[in-house]
Amino acid sequence: MLQGWVIVLASFLYLGILFAIAWYADRRADSGRSLIANPAVYALSLGVYCTTWTFYGSVGRAAASGIGFLPIYLGPTLLFALAGFILHKMIRVAKTNRITSIADFVASRYGKSQLLGGLVTVIAVVGVIPYIALQLKAVSNSFAILASYPDIIMPAKAGAVPLLQDSALYVAMILAAFTILFGTRHLDATERHEGMVAAIAVESVVKLVAFLAVGVFVVWGMHDGVGDIFAQAALAPEVAHRLASADSPAAYGTWGTLIFLSMFASLLLPRQFQIAVVENVDESHLRRAVWMFPLYLFLINLFVLPVALAGLLHFPGGGGVDADTFVLTLPMAHQQEALALFVYIGGLSAATGMVIVETIALSTMVCNDLVMPLLLRLPVLGLAARADLSGLLLEIRRWAIAVILCLGYLYFRVAGEAYALVSIGLISFAAVAQFAPVVIGGLFWKGGTRDGALAGLAAGFVLWTYTLLLPSFAKSGWLPDGFIAHGLFGIELLRPQVLFGLAGLDEITHCLVWSLLVNMGAYIGVSLMRVPNLREARQATLFVGGAEAAGIPGWRGSAGIGDLLPLAGRFLGLERAQEAFSRHARQRGLRSLHELPADTRLVGFAETLLAGAIGSASARAMVASVVTEEPLGIDEVMNILDEASQVRAYTRELEQKSRELTRATAELRQANARLQELDRMKDDFISTVTHELRTPLTSIRAFSEMLHEDPRIDLAQRSRFLGIIVSETVRLSRLINQILDLAKLESGRAEWTVAAVDVAEVIREAADSLAPLFVDKRVSLQLDGCEAGLNVLADRDRLMQVMVNLLSNALKFVPVASGRVKVDVGAAAGEVRVSVTDNGPGIEAGDQEVIFEKFRQGTGNTDVLIDKPQGTGLGLPISRQIIEYFNGRLWVESTPGAGACFVFTLPRQAGDNGASQPTGEQP
Amino acid sequence: MSHRVLIVDDEPNIVISLEYLIKKEGFEVAVATDGEAALQQAADFAPDLILLDVMMPKKSGFEVCQALRADPAQAAVKIIMLTARGRETEVAKGLALGADAYITKPFSTKELVLQIKSLLA
Repeated sequence: MLQGWVIVLASFLYLGILFAIAWYADRRADSGRSLIANPAVYALSLGVYCTTWTFYGSVGRAAASGIGFLPIYLGPTLLFALAGFILHKMIRVAKTNRITSIADFVASRYGKSQLLGGLVTVIAVVGVIPYIALQLKAVSNSFAILASYPDIIMPAKAGAVPLLQDSALYVAMILAAFTILFGTRHLDATERHEGMVAAIAVESVVKLVAFLAVGVFVVWGMHDGVGDIFAQAALAPEVAHRLASADSPAAYGTWGTLIFLSMFASLLLPRQFQIAVVENVDESHLRRAVWMFPLYLFLINLFVLPVALAGLLHFPGGGGVDADTFVLTLPMAHQQEALALFVYIGGLSAATGMVIVETIALSTMVCNDLVMPLLLRLPVLGLAARADLSGLLLEIRRWAIAVILCLGYLYFRVAGEAYALVSIGLISFAAVAQFAPVVIGGLFWKGGTRDGALAGLAAGFVLWTYTLLLPSFAKSGWLPDGFIAHGLFGIELLRPQVLFGLAGLDEITHCLVWSLLVNMGAYIGVSLMRVPNLREARQATLFVGGAEAAGIPGWRGSAGIGDLLPLAGRFLGLERAQEAFSRHARQRGLRSLHELPADTRLVGFAETLLAGAIGSASARAMVASVVTEEPLGIDEVMNILDEASQVRAYTRELEQKSRELTRATAELRQANARLQELDRMKDDFISTVTHELRTPLTSIRAFSEMLHEDPRIDLAQRSRFLGIIVSETVRLSRLINQILDLAKLESGRAEWTVAAVDVAEVIREAADSLAPLFVDKRVSLQLDGCEAGLNVLADRDRLMQVMVNLLSNALKFVPVASGRVKVDVGAAAGEVRVSVTDNGPGIEAGDQEVIFEKFRQGTGNTDVLIDKPQGTGLGLPISRQIIEYFNGRLWVESTPGAGACFVFTLPRQAGDNGASQPTGEQP
Repeated sequence: MSHRVLIVDDEPNIVISLEYLIKKEGFEVAVATDGEAALQQAADFAPDLILLDVMMPKKSGFEVCQALRADPAQAAVKIIMLTARGRETEVAKGLALGADAYITKPFSTKELVLQIKSLLA
């Protein structure tokens, strides 16, 4: 017989076993042999997602809408299977920053804002309390139904029973006591509860096995397999229509909404965040969870539809039996007492698992992000001066747990009958979905700011309240429901479930569309209004980017171990704090914690340590109270407040400067090399000039000394020597003149008298002046095409100098008597072309450019400094300078042995057209 | 028996002056106007002393000096290098290659003759 005391005893026995498991796991954790350091335990503990809402509610929903219960499980499946990287990143970020809850995560991300942490906490508490109420309702209902065995009687409506006879009240009290025992045994620096996780994993197994047992009993005990149930269902018209997946287009939209919603819920519900992120021991466990958790969801849903159909067949027309209870009532109807008790225990498992984790997570948030910041600000309490606050922290959490469960019970008493189980769960889901933009955005977008996050969350929360929560209150009779039908203040556009005329959606989709739209809009819009400040930017880099954030200091001040140890001790207990600081000292290679230097690294460590106990925002505030921030100049304040973008801009500027420096260095090096080259050329030039000057001087001095010392030299000899002296003197003078001339040409200081010059006339004049020399050597000189009228713009004397140089060079190299020199003048393509051809030895290809270099005379040999033909070796370089000055070209064409042909061209001067006026620049 | 002097220079007027000067002192004189001819003459004429210009066609004075010092048959020959390039590095180079003296142009005829005589003494 299932008397009340049997059920109560079984319940306490079960809870006792759970507690023993948790206690044992905690012991093991303390001795360093963790029970839960195992990917399978991690994956099972994620099963806390499946509450009584799954255990009882899925069947109820399936009975109402066929496979409409599925999207709630497809969402998490998709998330784990496809978007594991998001969870992976969250875990990594949370571990690095010792994140203690979803509120802490958001607060920490946006610059460790206490305000933001508080807002998230409020939303979470308001959003999740109905969900806790749901668990209480389910447990007390299942107890009531089971206790009335063998009759199957639906329990009285919530609130109809006197308070002290309401089993839900006792359930709430027992769960509160239990949660306090589980969750607040001690204040863990890492904020992890190994015992609790172990117990949750066991509960996941119990509820799964219980549900599968019901499924097996219903399918193979009551019927001949699944096929039999579906065949029977198809025969009953009122049952058969449940098998259609959706009967309207909006229903498909609902599917999408539910998948979307449950996806976020499995990540952002406080208990999911607690288990999946905070309690995660090793991020590699996630690799197994991405298939094991979806598999768990698959198994627990395997028999939902068969059980629902069997229930509908067994209790035709409802029969006064709530579909939410089929799991329990079917075994009862078939006198399966043991199975019914097991199912009840499974439901209890689902409820306790959810309530314990959820309230622990919420109490942490309430304590760290709501109560502590407020208490520490109240000077009346003198908390800031108290030596040990670790006991107080635990006390606050215990009270928070009690208050949260109390609120849950109240909600159940007052509003519990307004909705079926599933709807209550969805209201919670929609509330935590408001965290999605700031959490996901915070992980992948560096631009989000505290103000943006506050605006987004607040806007989303308001919309959620108006479009979902208030209507649910109204439907419970708490509020006048006029505003639902007619809108706030009678404004039709403000009807909460048809906001701004958005109709045709179910209420959840409607709420989600509006709240997330406004939430994201405000988050992004407000964030974009200013660049993130330094603290936000640092956190953004830590969350989004990774390692590079190390470069941005979290603190620009310091505090010594003397201040930080007592501070940490107040929250963690002195012993634990001492241990932590000693460990830190050892990591830094110091002998004891008293050697720790008062630097920013120590401050950073203390902050992270505290964050594990009281959340990042409070930790920052507490550390700030003992850190001596270095005094800031106004410039520094500007710099710090002006932030990351400036840091980035500064970095860019530095990089730019560095690039410019590199370039300048390269240019300098090049210039230096060029200067050295010029210096070497100058040395060579001077050395060459010296050599050229000394050669005639040598002859002059030698002959002069000989004549001077020996008066007896005969007259013929004397006259020959004097002739040599004279000719060497002439050579010397010419050399000096040409060197000076070239120097002037090269430095651009030469004076030019530019005018239109008749080329033919200049050639004739040059030829005339050299005619005697040609006659002497019996060389013929022929002028071709030297009619007048070919004008160029040039300096007449300089042009004459070029012609004389070319003609005398030709004369120099042609043989006596048989020598022939020919000058051709022609005009082509806007140019005047003059060539001087000889029948001398010619110039080898290798020398044809060398002869235009200074002091390099042509010889018809590979070595250019040979044979010392008469001349200075400067004539051709000077001629080329002159021709190029007038934008012309001078070159030589020659085949060795077949004479040489020197050619120059000059731009033709067309009449009085001055278009080709030369500039002062050298080409 | 009078000493033999080989004059090596590519500047005709300088050759004329050196030839006159040295013949007047009673030495036998031969002339070469480039480096290759100088080596040939050194073998054929077997001079006791060579006046060697540095800047010459075909083979520079330095190269000629090096070749002579590498030839055991020419071990005894004295070499005076003449050059219009008076940089110290070049003087050092000439002496390192085995020249006995190094005289820069323009030179004092008296000093040149004294140098020749002292080397041949």
